[in-house]
Amino acid sequence: MVLAMVVCANTGDLLLKRGMTDIGVVEFSGSGLAHAFRLTVTNPIIWLGILFLLGFMICYMTVLSWADYSYVMPAGAFGYALLTFLAVIFLHESVSPRRWIGVILICIGVMLVGQTKPRTTEVVASPEKAAA
Amino acid sequence: MTATFLLLGLFLCTSTGGEIALTYGMKATGEPERLRPRQVLQFLGRAVCNGWFWAGIPLMAFSFYALLILLSWQPISFVIPASALSNVVGTLGAKYILKEEVNTARWTGVVLVCIGVALVSLDSIPVR
Repeated sequence: MVLAMVVCANTGDLLLKRGMTDIGVVEFSGSGLAHAFRLTVTNPIIWLGILFLLGFMICYMTVLSWADYSYVMPAGAFGYALLTFLAVIFLHESVSPRRWIGVILICIGVMLVGQTKPRTTEVVASPEKAAA
Repeated sequence: MTATFLLLGLFLCTSTGGEIALTYGMKATGEPERLRPRQVLQFLGRAVCNGWFWAGIPLMAFSFYALLILLSWQPISFVIPASALSNVVGTLGAKYILKEEVNTARWTGVVLVCIGVALVSLDSIPVR
């Protein structure tokens, strides 16, 4: 479930980046934001990105129902390595060694969190289980 | 440059606030019995009837639009790792609001994530 969450989130982010690159730089003013909003809601790549992010949301909600937020949130960051690879391959962004080290440290941190107990708070039983 | 970091701060506050509210709602909803479409749909149906879910949605929607603007300003390899600062804000929220047990290993992991994010951010050259 966490893997599906990561894949959906990163694919969604990548599609959003592609869509927003098509739209161009957003002007931080009333008319600029309104214009960007119109372009955003009519862009199919943005909508595809939103679809993937919806998939992420469903996975995320399910995982949050039984695991700690402080466990799930960093675990989702496993996608950073994947995202950096995707950004290099598909968006042709340059990634420096220092940035690679940062990404590696993030991954080590995420793995440390992954070693801890996923659930430390009391979880409400599902209605189906309660009825059983 | 200032606008980028202001918007990043706003994104972090709203996304974390929204996710804390969502987590509260999901914990109150209870987990699905099985990971099958019917059970998951029932679970989602129960979740959307929870007030905390709807408290989190506007905050997350705002943070989503802030993220879109950040993505249009900066490369994705800066924006997404920089948004990982929400790990720290979120962990504090989880400990003090959701009352989760955050032990040394979990904090160490969060600190490493922070250092990683700082390295990624320092290496970036904002365009405004």
